[in-house]
Amino acid sequence: MPQTDLAGTDEAPADAPELAVTVRGVSKNYGSVEALRNLSLDFPRGQLTALLGPSGCGKTTLLKIIAGLLEPSAGEVRVNGRPVTGPGPDRAFVFQDFALLPWATVLRNVAFGLELRGVARAEREAIAERYIAQVGLSGFEQSYPHELSGGMRQRVGLARALSVDAEVLLMDEPFSAVDEQTRRKFQEDLLGLVARENKTFIFVTHSIEEAVYVSDQVAILLPRPSRVSEIIRPQGLRTKDVANIRRDPEYLDIVDRIWNSLRSYVE
Amino acid sequence: MTHRSLILKLLSAAIVFGAWEIAGRIPISFAFPTFIDSMAALFAMIADGSLFAAFGETLRPLAVGVAISAFFGIVLGLWIGLSGWFDWLFSPIFVVMQAAPLAALIPLLVMVYGIGLTSKVFVVCIMAMPVIVLNTAGAVRNTPASLKEMGRAFLGNRRDIILKIVIPAASPIIFSGLRLGVSAGFIGAILAELKITPTGVGDIITYSRSVADYPSMYAAIFSIIVLAVLFLNLLERLEHTLFRGNIRGYASD
Repeated sequence: MPQTDLAGTDEAPADAPELAVTVRGVSKNYGSVEALRNLSLDFPRGQLTALLGPSGCGKTTLLKIIAGLLEPSAGEVRVNGRPVTGPGPDRAFVFQDFALLPWATVLRNVAFGLELRGVARAEREAIAERYIAQVGLSGFEQSYPHELSGGMRQRVGLARALSVDAEVLLMDEPFSAVDEQTRRKFQEDLLGLVARENKTFIFVTHSIEEAVYVSDQVAILLPRPSRVSEIIRPQGLRTKDVANIRRDPEYLDIVDRIWNSLRSYVE
Repeated sequence: MTHRSLILKLLSAAIVFGAWEIAGRIPISFAFPTFIDSMAALFAMIADGSLFAAFGETLRPLAVGVAISAFFGIVLGLWIGLSGWFDWLFSPIFVVMQAAPLAALIPLLVMVYGIGLTSKVFVVCIMAMPVIVLNTAGAVRNTPASLKEMGRAFLGNRRDIILKIVIPAASPIIFSGLRLGVSAGFIGAILAELKITPTGVGDIITYSRSVADYPSMYAAIFSIIVLAVLFLNLLERLEHTLFRGNIRGYASD
């Protein structure tokens, strides 16, 4: 399977880079409530796609359908060309509320994905230690989640998702429960991660600034029933230094444009 | 910190025993002995070995009943908590059992199972099991949804999710149910000995009262309470060794 590294390249969307995840005609009904209607969307390999929209637009529902945690009422999701029938080793999930085991140490929490896969203890702990160091939590291996700050807890959640080495990382508003400064640091780190790891990131957020800052493409979802109203691909932001993105005219223009199309849906 | 809590414990014991001593000296009733008299009777019973013989009798239905209640209570509670169908089928039985006036039902039990060990074990189970079942079921039902979802997302099978997520998450409430159930079991064991046939500690209580030896009667009651408290502390130790993270606070704060 050819692995194309698209970070830093500058093609038009018409070039159609290889797709890691495709969503075709997906609908989801909860009883009589229509959460998603006939939604189609492509996720290019090695890139970060943000799902952005007002609350109640079904972003998280879509993410959980891609994860295989929810079953669509109609339509199909494919990961690397294979249809999704449930959770799989090719996808890992980062939860909004971190979903850490409160009775387990950081080390066991990070290794938990591997533990469920039946990886032997010594091996999984060695892998976990490597990722704990990578997210900057060295020295906290034996701490319990309640001893950590919100930001550190989410780093544990991120390390757990990284340690199973899935090709697709699904992130459900991962930074919404951490404070503003920690969030900015996270966003910078995430850009580094996208550039370094050849993984596909799907990122749910309700923050316009966050979506434009971290994404290769932003899919704007509108509510009731959800549909993709627009896909925006920032062109020049990836090559800029992380410290300068927020001052870039393109960044400011896109943020403004998105707000103009969303404002009528915010009550 | 531990030093201070020890002092507080001793202080509260001193207050209770002091009040007992004063109430006995007034006396509030001729049937109420002083603390010192009761302790003297207790040591006399320990010295002549009659207390140990009595506990040997009482502990049999108690241990069997508590063991049955703990094992089947937790298993049934897990089942009820995990399956809506089982919940519908079994929950009402235990709610009724918990609310039933047990003392009034004992003659019925005696009629069916006689006056032997079986009836007494039944009484202990009826007292202990409902709270264990209902607590376990409630705790299992309230496992945080995102933890179960996490287990599924990381490819855990059903067995792993139950053993590694549901049970540890439910363990604080399962243990509090066990503590309540065990204390109820102690009450049940004594109740059975008072209501069915006087044996063991129940026999000391009944006999001492009939000959107006009130210090011995209260000594017997006191000894069973001490045993219950010791056992509950042991249970707490067990919980702390099994689920270390839980005592360090819950991570949702």
